[in-house]
Amino acid sequence: MGERVLMKGNVAIAEAAIRAGLQSYFGYPITPQNELIAYMSSHLPAKGRTFIQAESEVAAINMVYGAAAAGVRCMTSSSGPGISLKQEGISYLVGAQLPAVIVNIMRGGPGLGNIAPSQADYFQSCKGGGHGDYHLVVYAPSSVQEAADLTTKAFDVADRYRNPVLILGDAIIGQMMEPIVLSEVTPNPPPKPWAVGGARNGRKPNLINSLSLEEGVVEKWNWTFHAKYQEIKKTEIMVETLYCEDADLILVAYGVTSRICKEVMRHARAQGLKVGLIRPITLWPFPYKALAQAARKTREFLVVEMSVGQMIEDVKLAGLGEAAVHFHGRPGGGIPREQDIMEIIHHVLVNKRAGTLTTQGTVVDWEIS
Amino acid sequence: MSDMEMKKIAGRSSLWADKPSPYCPGCGHGVVHRVVCELIEEYHLADNCVFMAPVGCSILAYTFLGLDVCQAAHGRTPAAATGIKRARPDTFVLAYQGDGDLASIGTAEIIHAANRGENITTIFVNNAIYGMTGGQMAPTTLLGQKATTCPSGRDALSGMGYPLRVCELLQSLGGVTYLARTSVHTPGNVIKTKQAIKKAFDVQLQRQGFSLVEVLTSCPVNWGMQPVEALDFVDKQMIHQYPLGEYKVDGVCMTPAAKEG
Repeated sequence: MGERVLMKGNVAIAEAAIRAGLQSYFGYPITPQNELIAYMSSHLPAKGRTFIQAESEVAAINMVYGAAAAGVRCMTSSSGPGISLKQEGISYLVGAQLPAVIVNIMRGGPGLGNIAPSQADYFQSCKGGGHGDYHLVVYAPSSVQEAADLTTKAFDVADRYRNPVLILGDAIIGQMMEPIVLSEVTPNPPPKPWAVGGARNGRKPNLINSLSLEEGVVEKWNWTFHAKYQEIKKTEIMVETLYCEDADLILVAYGVTSRICKEVMRHARAQGLKVGLIRPITLWPFPYKALAQAARKTREFLVVEMSVGQMIEDVKLAGLGEAAVHFHGRPGGGIPREQDIMEIIHHVLVNKRAGTLTTQGTVVDWEIS
Repeated sequence: MSDMEMKKIAGRSSLWADKPSPYCPGCGHGVVHRVVCELIEEYHLADNCVFMAPVGCSILAYTFLGLDVCQAAHGRTPAAATGIKRARPDTFVLAYQGDGDLASIGTAEIIHAANRGENITTIFVNNAIYGMTGGQMAPTTLLGQKATTCPSGRDALSGMGYPLRVCELLQSLGGVTYLARTSVHTPGNVIKTKQAIKKAFDVQLQRQGFSLVEVLTSCPVNWGMQPVEALDFVDKQMIHQYPLGEYKVDGVCMTPAAKEG
């Protein structure tokens, strides 16, 4: 049993990473993830590990590229605008098949936006972000405990597939304090015979790059990556389903929004309304099958996001058959309110769509347009 | 001859695979590579060395160099080199960059790696043009020099800026221990280049901080010149703009232009 402590999400991610064997951290200040970089600065050097406050997000992700190339566990963290700057470097990490962990504590956008919580970087995280044909494994923690646990896991998964992994939190997850149990971890990174640097002792020179001008080579690499992604889809999907067996309506939400939805579900159940919840924990790979399976019994889905509607496209892609998909979203730093979500549930389940809704950002029977 | 012991005094470096050079006739990269390879061999560094290939003509170095090679994004070589060196401080990290890579898209990374005193060695090859992409204006293109993106010649007064002097720019930074500008347009200058790079290697090996050698080279193909004419351009034009010599030794600033009178 590990120690029980009260921690902010940003600090918990940092501590979990250190326990997972993080050797090199490179970051740049940006709110709302500043506690993370500060924690790294006060804990890594004391352990003889590397902390650098880089000159930019661009430099930080490229330092990660170098450290990953040298075969050590490494990480960077940022928020929206900084993560945008890192996209080129993330694409290079994928292209060179380098494992690394990247943390995005999302804030309101686009542009400089604000420092309030947001889930508007879903597309960027799950649908590319940088150039080229690639995916990151994307974890969406909904509590400080889970943020720590998924960070531990992220290092193993990154190493296993030689692909970057993204922890996608938001300003609430980053800033909120919760009691958590920190486990003792014995880091066990796999051997990295492909890494550069270190005494070669007769081994052939290694090469870390993402370039080939020979015909067909980059195409072949892409199919290799594709095979890797197929394997990840088979083995790495994580999803939480609650009270879906008898549900008349299923809420779909991730991260901190799912916490709000859990409360809504509790109140709804207390009123006799059969509401369930599906919470994707991996946003990529996305739990399409879990949703499709739930739709065989349930005909109403309500997606709640802190955006104008991004994950909802994947919910639709899940092929829900006859099920209707509704949406409630709060972009730009807004946080969904329980009473607003409750009103939509009443509108659908009790009033059978009669009358009008007062909540903003709501679409009943959402369709791809 | 048979009773005399033969001693090899020159030859192709064993680190350079017996493959055709990817460089154009008259290009200076090959000479700089040779000097670098010779020093790596002389110092027995090949077994624990990472050669950082940039985006530019020398990106293909991995195809013929018998060294661990890491190729970073355009301009980000100093950041990636930092990541490797901090992860493996015992590894000799050699960052090789061209003028577009180092002095244009990567100015932030080189300035800050130098200012942190990263214990890496940078070889900065300045040929005053973008080679790989076909002869566009570089930050180091001379005033009046023609390129595909300044067909009438570089003109500072019409907003194209001035030739960027990297050694002069980096000289004031506290993390820089050794800084020199050399050329490879004559055999004598090749020897001086080797001496300078040797000093830069020593700085890294003695963990004394950041070292950089800027090497002026010719690019006859993209300059639109005959090779001999191009060497003359280095001699008459480039060196005038970019004075040769040591700019910093043991962290102490030097004034090469004044020294050479």
